[in-house]
Amino acid sequence: MMRCRITYRKTAPLRYTGNLDIQKIWERYLRRAGLPVAYSQGFHPQPRIQQACPLPLGFLSQAELADIYLDDDTLRPGEITRSLQTMPYPGIEIAAVEQVDLTEATLAGRVTATEYLAEWIDPIDADQFAPKVTALLNAPQLLRSRREKDYDLRPLIEALDVLPADSTHNAILRMQLSARQGATGRPEEVVSALGYAPFDARYTRTRIMFTP
Amino acid sequence: MTFDPTMLQNQLERILPTVQKPGRYVGGELNQIVKDWDGVKARIALAFPDIYDLGLPNLGLAILYQTLNAREDVLAERVYSPWTDMELAMRNSGIPLYALESHRPIADFDILALTLPYETLYTNTLNLLDLAEIPLYAAHRSDQHPLVIAGGHACYNPEPMSAFIDAFAIGEGEEMIHDIVNAFQAWKCSGQPRAALLKALAQVPGVYVPALYEPDYNPDGTLRELRTLDLAAPRRITKRIVAKLPPPPTNFIVPSIDVVHNRVAVEIMRGCTRGCRFCHAGFINRPVRERPVEEILQAVQTALKQTGYEEVALLSLSSSDYTQIVDLVDQISKHASENHLTISLPSLRIETFSIDLMDKLKGSRQGGFTLAPEAATDRMRATINKPIAAEQLLETARAIYSRGWSTIKLYFMIGHPSETLEDVRAIVDLCKAVIAEGRKIIGKRAVLHAGVSTFVPKPHTPFQWAPCDTQEQIQAKQQLLRSELRGPGLKITWTSPKDTMLEAWLSRGDRRMAQVIYNAWQNGAKFDAWQDQYHYETWQAGFEQAGIDPAFYTHRMRAEDEIFPWDHISPGVRKSFLLGEYRASQTQSFRSDCRESCFACGILPTFAELRRADPGKHWMCPEVPIRKKKAVLEPIVP
Repeated sequence: MMRCRITYRKTAPLRYTGNLDIQKIWERYLRRAGLPVAYSQGFHPQPRIQQACPLPLGFLSQAELADIYLDDDTLRPGEITRSLQTMPYPGIEIAAVEQVDLTEATLAGRVTATEYLAEWIDPIDADQFAPKVTALLNAPQLLRSRREKDYDLRPLIEALDVLPADSTHNAILRMQLSARQGATGRPEEVVSALGYAPFDARYTRTRIMFTP
Repeated sequence: MTFDPTMLQNQLERILPTVQKPGRYVGGELNQIVKDWDGVKARIALAFPDIYDLGLPNLGLAILYQTLNAREDVLAERVYSPWTDMELAMRNSGIPLYALESHRPIADFDILALTLPYETLYTNTLNLLDLAEIPLYAAHRSDQHPLVIAGGHACYNPEPMSAFIDAFAIGEGEEMIHDIVNAFQAWKCSGQPRAALLKALAQVPGVYVPALYEPDYNPDGTLRELRTLDLAAPRRITKRIVAKLPPPPTNFIVPSIDVVHNRVAVEIMRGCTRGCRFCHAGFINRPVRERPVEEILQAVQTALKQTGYEEVALLSLSSSDYTQIVDLVDQISKHASENHLTISLPSLRIETFSIDLMDKLKGSRQGGFTLAPEAATDRMRATINKPIAAEQLLETARAIYSRGWSTIKLYFMIGHPSETLEDVRAIVDLCKAVIAEGRKIIGKRAVLHAGVSTFVPKPHTPFQWAPCDTQEQIQAKQQLLRSELRGPGLKITWTSPKDTMLEAWLSRGDRRMAQVIYNAWQNGAKFDAWQDQYHYETWQAGFEQAGIDPAFYTHRMRAEDEIFPWDHISPGVRKSFLLGEYRASQTQSFRSDCRESCFACGILPTFAELRRADPGKHWMCPEVPIRKKKAVLEPIVP
């Protein structure tokens, strides 16, 4: 058996596909690519595919990570990449495949933070962001309520800045949010705390950060 | 008007995060086919008028999608009903109904082709037309509007929907759809008005154009005659069939979200020779035609490769009757166990052999083992022509419980013609006997789930003359079941009598039902197939506004010589044969499987030419003697 770490982009066709369904899609992708995925033991064997960190529904990503286990340890990462690219799956773009040690801790247990971009769907004057961002970062706490639960958003924001608009993009906010057990920040909450409608922006995950 | 996909995209981007399961509304799935809009001559929107989750796995539409898109000059895209939250969001934002592939408005297509497999989709059909900004009534459409066609099992009585559909495709669509598209293309090039298109379509065998007919009624409300208004209109529309089933589709669209059936589906056989008298599918899908084992295995292999699916369903009306079933199951199970596949094989006969088949498939036993005895007394079984001895059922149940399944599901129907409370009580006794066997074998783990639905006499079946039980009769029978079918391990589910009434009105209605359907839709009816969305009162009001008594359709015993609203549609089975079967049911006479001996239902003479042109073992009716061709005088008027 071998373990492979796949870095991939989640693009428009799978934007509204949730985490459980992505799991199924990986299973089908591997079958189509003819890669022999390993199954768990037990009464209901499940394919061993582990995603690093769930991506909220409606988000795009440039940096998703999944570990897959294959019942074949003779395959090289290059062959796996080729197999996956020969049978492309809409919504998944393979960025990198690397072999990792079977004994390494799971990705999901090591995630600390995630980075997102929030790009405005319609043109907006980016100059208005700076003072709002400063005020937000200076606030001692940001009490909010999500799904009828009160919480403080401020400590979940690790970094927040504005990227200048260019000819191809509208204004973009970049933010790094905590993604620890019980302390996960959501980018649309930040947009909302800044005083904008959360769905005026398109969200893309750009990085997942881990403990070493 | 030019189409701007970015504008819709931006609108959807704001709406989709606010609705349930937004993945229903975006398309882009694996194996969807996107073609150049301007590179084709005809654009067809294929619609299933209920949500994506139910519509995507529909095999009929998958067949049409493949066969239409295989043509270079045609593109076919998909559309489903938005759920109520999305509908509201679309209406609020002024977004018309759009197709999933190109996101083009449905009104931009040349043809909107709907599948109507069951009647409770009728109000959704109206709603779909409304969301697409297409006039609801066929008569209100102009040359600029898409041609609206419909096919599917419910269309064997097209009259209730005849006001809203331009043309019905009766029977099997694989070949007919191309004839329709060709007629459309010829008309489009001709520059003639829409009426010319309708006349041309009426010439296509199997196509029914309701605008070319007009009904006259007797004083008692029954139909006197359906008059043809045009020479182009045939007096009788005989369903289309394909002589030999074409290779099954394999390039299935794989949804990116969970839907009702996430699997490869291969039809192994079409039609059924059992002749159960209640069974609509059994009479309208004759004759039986089988696919060769090799073709099925090949299709399964190819489809698995193209989809990556982990489940395969082998579909037919009666799997046990497929001639090569053992061979098929042997071969497919070998493949399944090597590849972590689940194989489902529905509609098995009540005999221990069925368990052998399921054993070979090594499927999960979680779901239970399903059998459909339908009735519990010998008298009822002879009435409906489904002979299963109680002892045979018990023996099968014993084998199921002792071979690893803990749950048995038994499907029964109440409301068969001449059924008494004693016949219903026998269902209780039979279920109790089955669970007692289960408890003897596996103790308290044994579960029996009785699904008791209510019979609706359907057009083109021997029971089309019979009345439907009244709500009071149904309630009394269900009350008996609820109060007596109790005990450890016993579960029972049933259909609300109000749901049954809707099914009965719609399946047995005539043209006057159109007004009721329209009224009900205006009163807010939609998603009638969903228990929590269907409101009986809405329909009651619809009947009252139209001045029509619903009991006329449901509770009336029809005279043997009554002209039915669906008599001009022929499934190839003769009305006189159905009447003979109805009489046989009253004397509780059995008819055996018609592969053993032919009962002259009418299928053979109806399709004799077709069969001579494409003879072979796949066709399960007895052989037709080859006659010398006699000179026949062609009738002058078609």
